[in-house]
Amino acid sequence: MIRRRVVAESVVPAATLVGALLVWEAATQAFRIPRFVMPAPSAILAEGWDWRYRFLGHAWVTLYETLGGFALSVIVGVPLAVLIVYSPVLRSAVYPLIVLAQSVPKIAIAPVLLLVLGYGEVPKVIVAFLVAFFPVVVDTATGLAATPPELLDLSRSYRASAFKTFVKVRLPMAMPFFFAGAKVAITLAVIGAVVGEFVGSDKGLGYVILSATSYWKTELAFSSMILLSLMAIVLFGAVALVERVVCPWLAPAGEE
Amino acid sequence: MIRLDGVEKTWRTRRGDLVRAVEDVTLHVEPNEFVTLVGPSGCGKSTLLKLVAGLTPATRGAIHVRDQPVREPFADVGFVFQQPVLLPWRSVLDNVLFSAEMLGLEPRQYRKTALDLLELTGLSGFETKYPRELSGGMQQRVAICRALLPDPSLLLMDEPFGALDAMTREEMSLELLRIWEERRKTILFVTHSIPEAILLADRVVVMTPRPGRIARVLDVGLPRPRTMELEFDPRFKAVSDEVRALIFARRVAAR
Repeated sequence: MIRRRVVAESVVPAATLVGALLVWEAATQAFRIPRFVMPAPSAILAEGWDWRYRFLGHAWVTLYETLGGFALSVIVGVPLAVLIVYSPVLRSAVYPLIVLAQSVPKIAIAPVLLLVLGYGEVPKVIVAFLVAFFPVVVDTATGLAATPPELLDLSRSYRASAFKTFVKVRLPMAMPFFFAGAKVAITLAVIGAVVGEFVGSDKGLGYVILSATSYWKTELAFSSMILLSLMAIVLFGAVALVERVVCPWLAPAGEE
Repeated sequence: MIRLDGVEKTWRTRRGDLVRAVEDVTLHVEPNEFVTLVGPSGCGKSTLLKLVAGLTPATRGAIHVRDQPVREPFADVGFVFQQPVLLPWRSVLDNVLFSAEMLGLEPRQYRKTALDLLELTGLSGFETKYPRELSGGMQQRVAICRALLPDPSLLLMDEPFGALDAMTREEMSLELLRIWEERRKTILFVTHSIPEAILLADRVVVMTPRPGRIARVLDVGLPRPRTMELEFDPRFKAVSDEVRALIFARRVAAR
């Protein structure tokens, strides 16, 4: 039974991926597709390997822009969610602003931000933050509001302070919601950082993609893209891991 | 123990309509008495419990508990709801200790009491489990242990067995009676099950809806300790018929 599950959960997807890559490789050879239109996986891999040392520097820049934006979205988003849930006045004041900020296409803000904040990493962090903070705020606020009213009555009947109720009941209750938002936010932060780099930069994986395509170096663009995806997957996995450590009670009963 | 005199509770809905949830309720409950409130949904039973607990102020009338006027939540009271509302991130034992913690007591000093309560309710061996690993009936037992931990002299129960299946429900009723015989306290117990109301209570308060009023207070007068077999007792049936008549007579009249 366990072996069958291993086959279904790891062997099947891995085999599918390898199969798809083989078909891709064969197709580029068989139809003589020009390398700048669709490079073969082997060519992408070779180019990526050539670039391995230069990639490190670029990946590092994109990584800390992403993490900076994500951290900022948590640092700003969680207190904002608390304010929204606890104060109806602030809720009606802040909520429209948040929705407005979310509705403006980030790619349209990015050039303006760069104009104002300059050429460095800060505007990229801000763009990443702007893209990522919305799910953090909304999900955390939803989580904080999801505490059963009976539990709040119970706390009140024990004459516990609002702060105690917040720390011991509402905050932990909101944790799974917060992590749902954080998992979306971390992948969005990667997008935000790349968007920022697209608009104007001289380092980062987004910059590599942009400059590679303008020189018809499609292999390089592809390997950079793959690196970006790997980064997003690893970051997502890291948030999921933190979630499992912080919220061990969420693990399904069979998996302990 | 509890004195309600001419209590009324009204509130305004979002649309601005006045809703009278409870009207002219006068009820005196003696210490260590087990009183059940029975009636259809919407008759203000739960509101009445919240009023007694001081969770919401009465619009009119006076509420006294232990001769003190109730204006806000007070000490020495336990609350059990229809849903167990346990904290999913805490083990069973830590859920029981939650009440001591919220009361500002030292949880470590209550560990022994908590373990005793878990044993009393047949939950030994489950101390380290998470609530989601427990059945609905077991979760509700944990919620009852949580309420009993500081040994309150007053227990307010809002349809505590309402979400359980019929068999677990009967089992839990008898268990609650057993606990009550062992450590007497005043219990105000809301239910919409007529047999449950009679089986448990010294007195049954029959309520009618919109606005919630007391139709009558009935003395059950059946011997204790009570068992399931009592349901076949003619006296049980007599009380049951009376409660039914009070509830359904109003319904017919309202049509």
